Amino acid sequence: MSDRWQAHDGQSVPMLSAEDISVSLGDTEILSNVSLTAECGSVVGLVGPNGAGKTTTLRLLRATLSPDCGTVRVAGDPIEGLSSKQVSQRVASTPQATTLSFEFTVRQTVEMGRTPHLSRFDRADSGDREIVEAAMERADVARFADRPVTSLSGGERQRVLLARALAQDTPVLLLDEPTSNLDINHAVNTLELVAGLAREGKTAVAAIHDLNLAARYCDELVLLADGEVRAAGEPGEVLQTPTLRDAFDATTLVTGQPGADAPLVTPLPDCEPVDQAIHVVGTGRQAAAAVARLVASGATVSVGVVPSGDAAAERARELGCENVTVPPFAGVDDNSRQRATELARAADAVVVADDVGDANESVVAAAERVVTLAGEGVSVVKSTRATVATLPDVVSGLATRQRQASDDRRVESREQQDR
Amino acid sequence: MRTHRKTAIWSLALSLLLAVVITVSAAIGPVWIPPTDVAQVLLNAVVVPTAVEISGPIVDVTTQPIFQFRVSPIQQQIVMGIRLPRILLGAVVGFALAAAGTIMQGIFRNPMADPSIIGVSSGAAVGAVGFIVVGGTLPFGLGLRGAAFAGSLVAAFGVYLIATEGGRTPVATLLLAGVAVQTFLGAVVSFLLLNAGESIRRALFWLMGHLKGAAWPDVWSSLVLVAIPFALLLVYARDLNVMLLGEEDAQSLGIEVERTKRILLGLSSLATAAGVAVAGIIGFVGLIVPHVMRLLVGPDHRVLLPTSALAGAAFLVATDTLARSGSAEVPVGIVTAALGAPFFLYLLRQREVHEL
Repeated sequence: MSDRWQAHDGQSVPMLSAEDISVSLGDTEILSNVSLTAECGSVVGLVGPNGAGKTTTLRLLRATLSPDCGTVRVAGDPIEGLSSKQVSQRVASTPQATTLSFEFTVRQTVEMGRTPHLSRFDRADSGDREIVEAAMERADVARFADRPVTSLSGGERQRVLLARALAQDTPVLLLDEPTSNLDINHAVNTLELVAGLAREGKTAVAAIHDLNLAARYCDELVLLADGEVRAAGEPGEVLQTPTLRDAFDATTLVTGQPGADAPLVTPLPDCEPVDQAIHVVGTGRQAAAAVARLVASGATVSVGVVPSGDAAAERARELGCENVTVPPFAGVDDNSRQRATELARAADAVVVADDVGDANESVVAAAERVVTLAGEGVSVVKSTRATVATLPDVVSGLATRQRQASDDRRVESREQQDR
Repeated sequence: MRTHRKTAIWSLALSLLLAVVITVSAAIGPVWIPPTDVAQVLLNAVVVPTAVEISGPIVDVTTQPIFQFRVSPIQQQIVMGIRLPRILLGAVVGFALAAAGTIMQGIFRNPMADPSIIGVSSGAAVGAVGFIVVGGTLPFGLGLRGAAFAGSLVAAFGVYLIATEGGRTPVATLLLAGVAVQTFLGAVVSFLLLNAGESIRRALFWLMGHLKGAAWPDVWSSLVLVAIPFALLLVYARDLNVMLLGEEDAQSLGIEVERTKRILLGLSSLATAAGVAVAGIIGFVGLIVPHVMRLLVGPDHRVLLPTSALAGAAFLVATDTLARSGSAEVPVGIVTAALGAPFFLYLLRQREVHEL
């Protein structure tokens, strides 16, 4: 099937591409200068906040909306030059929500996917019926083939729509939030199916809310925000804390997914950016959490001295923070203590978490400012300069202090000017 | 394949029902004629062509009856000359209204849609009442029916033009434009009725819908005007199914949505206009018959459209029989609404209809 759409002289033409498309609905510009390419056999994920223009992009790609300027091409041919029928033989799509309110059975609904391949007077033949049955099987809806669609749950309907798109048997598949109503099992199965189809040579473009599923199953991601492409490329390149803050206005932590070579995005509570150098002293999960939060809020974090293999050490290494580690149970050597003390002295503040151990006394002592996380092991810190707070308060406290400091500077400089 | 068998079985069953209803209806009247005699008269009218002679532009078809039952000439005259034209006209009108109602409910994806949703009936009313009240003669020898027919098509086309912008006709706009135009035309009819004077009774009788005074030429002309659009609508039944998924989905399944909508609206309005022009405004047939049939055969228009149409025909013939069999004739529009509404409510209570 896919061979039919290979570029003519073996020259590689992207299966689907959008070049500089802009579109306005009324007075609002929905997309401006969006370009994207989906190579044959790849899954491209559209990610971005609500209202970023993901659905609009998909509508343009299936020609149910025409761009004000720019061109969409399918296998090299401009889409506006193709009839609805020709487009529907090349591009199948599953809508985000649908009005499946009539009591068609699942099979009847999936059979409608064959419409592009039937002329007005054709009847569906045995070949069509086989394709329909296979599509229902793949989308795991064959079990309720004869039930009315209206009796299905939202997730089941979504899979029926996927089956309909599969029955359309097109080289390009567009999916709008294919997993939004699905349980975790079916969400993963659906995306596995899409990835499998891509391996068979189909090209898929999917708008996906779940960044982690998108990262895992897409070969490339296009990050949209406010109708513009903010980043595009492999998931690891696109899903980075600063990019995500810019697009989503959200605080996120990017680590690695267990069980897959893909970034894991953990959204964290919103906080103001902390543009400071923070040194974390402590071990265990609390210290690890402090490192993660601080990195997510934009601080330059260093850690130490910690035993290697400790949760805090692992997290610091994973997030690329400077860290001073010593082998477990080996005691702290002078060199390490020296380095950690340097880091603490250079930092704007030192955050003390959990058990610091006597060995770190001198590190804490070198700090300009000390904040202690509320929790076990706090008593170990003997410094009288320490304020005690919970982790969220610590992060927001640092941000506030930083803002006040810059405000003060601004006031000072204005006063100087006045003089 | 199952769809085609289902269509065939249901259509056959409903055709038989229609034949029975027609036969019984032709038996009922001021003079009772036993249905067996009626059947014989009707069967005598069935002919087969035996020879076709073509001489230049004239095609001469010689026909021969298959059956030659002995029937009384009086019964023959009553059935063939008086009752059958009215019955067949009723069948054609019911057929047209139910078919058009099915299509409109599909296009609008709305259970409240009826054949005149885009102003067909109101336009016909203005044409007909205007003709009755103002009188005079129309060009091309158009009579009352011509005026109603023309009025309905002008109104429907007007609503379509109002709702269309940049080649797109959103159904929501179409619906609202239809409501507004119907209201306006209703005002025009009311104004005409105020000034109707002597002719008000005739005008009201027309507005209530009746099949009185039907003659064979009416049957033939409306049959042609209904059969042609119906045959074309059948061809579009599968497209209409896909349109039920929503216009955007339909388009991504390769349906030229705007063009299909235009064709469906045009054809069903034409069929409705043909019905309304000869029978006046007969409500409810086009609204409830498609509903009832949808409950029975499901939403697939390949089955639903022909079965609705046949059921509509049987329903209108039956109700018109009631309308004319009392001591004084009642406009059939009153009977369809008076019988149809309670039956529909009964169905609603039996099977909850949440959606179409």
